[in-house]
Amino acid sequence: MKSESEFVGNVSIVGHGFEYAGRVSNEIKKILLEQGIPEGIVRRVAVVIFEVEVNIISYAETGFIRYQVLPDSIIIEAKDKGQGIADIELAQQEGYSTADDKIREMGFGAGMGLANIKKFSDVFEINSEVGKGTYVKSIINIDKKRS
Amino acid sequence: MKLAEIIDMLDAELIVGTPDQLQIDIKTAFGADLMSDVLCDARSGCLLITGLTTPQGVRIAYALDIAGIVFCRGKRPQPQSIEIARELGIPLLRTQYIMFETCGRLFGEGIIGCIREICAGDSFREI
Repeated sequence: MKSESEFVGNVSIVGHGFEYAGRVSNEIKKILLEQGIPEGIVRRVAVVIFEVEVNIISYAETGFIRYQVLPDSIIIEAKDKGQGIADIELAQQEGYSTADDKIREMGFGAGMGLANIKKFSDVFEINSEVGKGTYVKSIINIDKKRS
Repeated sequence: MKLAEIIDMLDAELIVGTPDQLQIDIKTAFGADLMSDVLCDARSGCLLITGLTTPQGVRIAYALDIAGIVFCRGKRPQPQSIEIARELGIPLLRTQYIMFETCGRLFGEGIIGCIREICAGDSFREI
């Protein structure tokens, strides 16, 4: 049985909309704060969503972010249709980047995105297929003592 | 140090900010032009010193509950950044001082880094 605090949201993102990067993160943050999720947890979710959003805008044609609020955790999933990642191990290394000038003008593209998502997640999963797209899953536990 | 005092000390222009926000007490700061580093290492309540004027800086400030942004080197935030800062309630300041001078002046008045150093292998960062 689902508790009242559980809810799910889906947001579609169009690739290459650089001027909008971060908007989805900001909107979801507002929603989570309204739901009474602890601020420290909301900040971690906001960072993870910010990074996946920048990745979708930078490297995919289309994508979506799904977030699910459970009593003890928040699950964030991002799936895109795009170029995919050839070497996932390499892509997770800090400093490895394939970013172009557009991405760097936003202040991103230094090869920190996936590493940052991993750092702020309690559970992190990634799958990718070159020419098809990428799937990222992040779970952030709601530890009421720590937040 | 109150935001109003910081404005005086940095000879800064207040671009966005309410009278209430001028009374915000700032204790810590973070300086960077790379937004991925700000996302990873800045902490809530700090003042962000940056030369990056795109809307993403403002959006990151909101994501992390950063107290305000100082644009150094005389950089003027893009019109869209100003609009978003008003909407999200993020104070924006602009100073002619370079980042080093801006940070030095703040440090001299007792404002400290929101973190002191990056810890190698740090898997979880409390924000």
